[in-house]
Amino acid sequence: MESILNWITINQQIIYIVILMIFVGIEVIGRVPSVLHTPLMSGANAIHGVVIIGAIIVMGKAESDNYFALILGFLAVILGTLNVVGGFVVTDRMLEMFKKKKK
Amino acid sequence: MRINFMELNILTLCYLIASVTFILGLKMLSNPATARKGNLMAAAGMTIAIFGTIFLYRDQEGNKLHNYIWIFGGILIGAVVGTLAAKKVKMTAMPEMVSLFNGMGGACAALISAAEFYHIYKAHEGAGTTAFSDLVPVGYYITIVAGAIIGTISYTGSIIAWGKLNGRVKDFSFRGQHIVNMIVLALVIVFSVVAYQSNIGSIFIPFMLIGLFAFVYGILFVMPIGGADMPVVISLLNSFTGVAAACGGFLYDNKAMLTGGILVGAAGTLLTILMCKAMNRSLANVLIGSFGGGAKAGPAGAKQQGAYKEISLSDTAVVMSYAHKVFIVPGYGLAVAQAQHACHELEKILESKGVEVKYAIHPVAGRMPGHMNVLLAEADVPYEKLLEMEQANEEFPTTDVVLILGANDVVNPAAKNDPSSPIFGMPILDVELAKNVIVNKRSMKPGYAGIENDLFFQPKTSMLFGDAKKVLQDLISEIKNL
Repeated sequence: MESILNWITINQQIIYIVILMIFVGIEVIGRVPSVLHTPLMSGANAIHGVVIIGAIIVMGKAESDNYFALILGFLAVILGTLNVVGGFVVTDRMLEMFKKKKK
Repeated sequence: MRINFMELNILTLCYLIASVTFILGLKMLSNPATARKGNLMAAAGMTIAIFGTIFLYRDQEGNKLHNYIWIFGGILIGAVVGTLAAKKVKMTAMPEMVSLFNGMGGACAALISAAEFYHIYKAHEGAGTTAFSDLVPVGYYITIVAGAIIGTISYTGSIIAWGKLNGRVKDFSFRGQHIVNMIVLALVIVFSVVAYQSNIGSIFIPFMLIGLFAFVYGILFVMPIGGADMPVVISLLNSFTGVAAACGGFLYDNKAMLTGGILVGAAGTLLTILMCKAMNRSLANVLIGSFGGGAKAGPAGAKQQGAYKEISLSDTAVVMSYAHKVFIVPGYGLAVAQAQHACHELEKILESKGVEVKYAIHPVAGRMPGHMNVLLAEADVPYEKLLEMEQANEEFPTTDVVLILGANDVVNPAAKNDPSSPIFGMPILDVELAKNVIVNKRSMKPGYAGIENDLFFQPKTSMLFGDAKKVLQDLISEIKNL
């Protein structure tokens, strides 16, 4: 019991962020028209590509002779970049069409 | 070692900017006027966060990152392949592509957890008989394992969803699948606990088993779910990956990863729930994977194959040209045939003859919510002509002709009057209220959900067989010749 309370106290900043972000996430897309569901999903898909930061850190911390860690990190960086770059480009391509039609 | 605090402060600022752009980006993405800018803004924030991390990051001891060649190599490969794939993919294959990229993100999160786990293992390799639980606090362990499990499920699930959408993977279910799924999921949790209690020397096997069972669960989880549910599944897996990314943010105390991940996790979950609501099903129902599950696959299958009537192209041309109001109901058939431009063509020529033409878009038409809107937008169909289900249903009673282009389940009256039907309860487009219904399909085969459609056998309905694009082009030339 005490250890859980300690854990909450130590990580309170993160817990606050998590709770607030849950509400922000719900609030922010609450009024999206169904027309934009696919681009929105795709855009959100690109945003969770932030995992790439973790991949870069893993890669950058690995000792240069630790091939297992290097390969894991390298794969993670490639996959994360695919998620980020691919996600944003696909979303932009979808939205490009909305733009043209707006005029 | 002296730490340059200035650099760390700048890095903090980078992450702050990135988090704000993610929130603003999502906000702008939910409005057609600002959507594109929103996407670019989030992308800019992401770029700042990535390069900030590469050049400014320091670990607790103040060491900079190294292995720059590997990092840049990975980014270069990922960026080139990602851009090419995203640019080359056809508009019709967009949903698959999103699913695939989502899987990459999930795999990335899982690999980070694996690497972090290996890092801990390496650091304590000598201490063979020490329990893992003595070395790592439980909160930290849960974060690592959760990242690995959720990321892996998201990865295999997305790959299966991708395969299903492009037809490489067929629906597959067996009796008692729910129980098997639950057992596999329980095994994942059991081994997570076992691994935590294990000695550092013997921890590899339980950790591998966690990964293995999560891998299998992802497959089993998506495998039995039919096409009509695929959008829901992709959206759900999308929010899973968000949570997995947030686990990474927890591990590295990285606020950008945390905000981005949780933001997507929450928004994705809401989007998933909205989609479930549109189909009148609960999220739990989808999660357990019951749709199309073996139990009651066939009651509607073989019964009453009534008579249907066909209509010729020239008759269709006449009926449509002399109508006052025509509704077009697009479905996956339109996407497969790439018929969106021909469709717009038809709309223009009918309008020039004084016919009012509108589109009725069902929320889950096609393979993804908004799939049809994107396709029709590509063909320059004006925004105001696309009506959502509720508006369209109000207008059907005053409509002369409804032209259904490769849609099936979304106009199936069984959803309203056949409680044994798997899609019973899903709101549909009430096309029967219109005076005439013309259905364009390639054959009499049932739709993606695999159920018979009574609409085709009603006296009001006429069938116009053929590939949507070909039929539309022929129809246009017929109308021109009238």
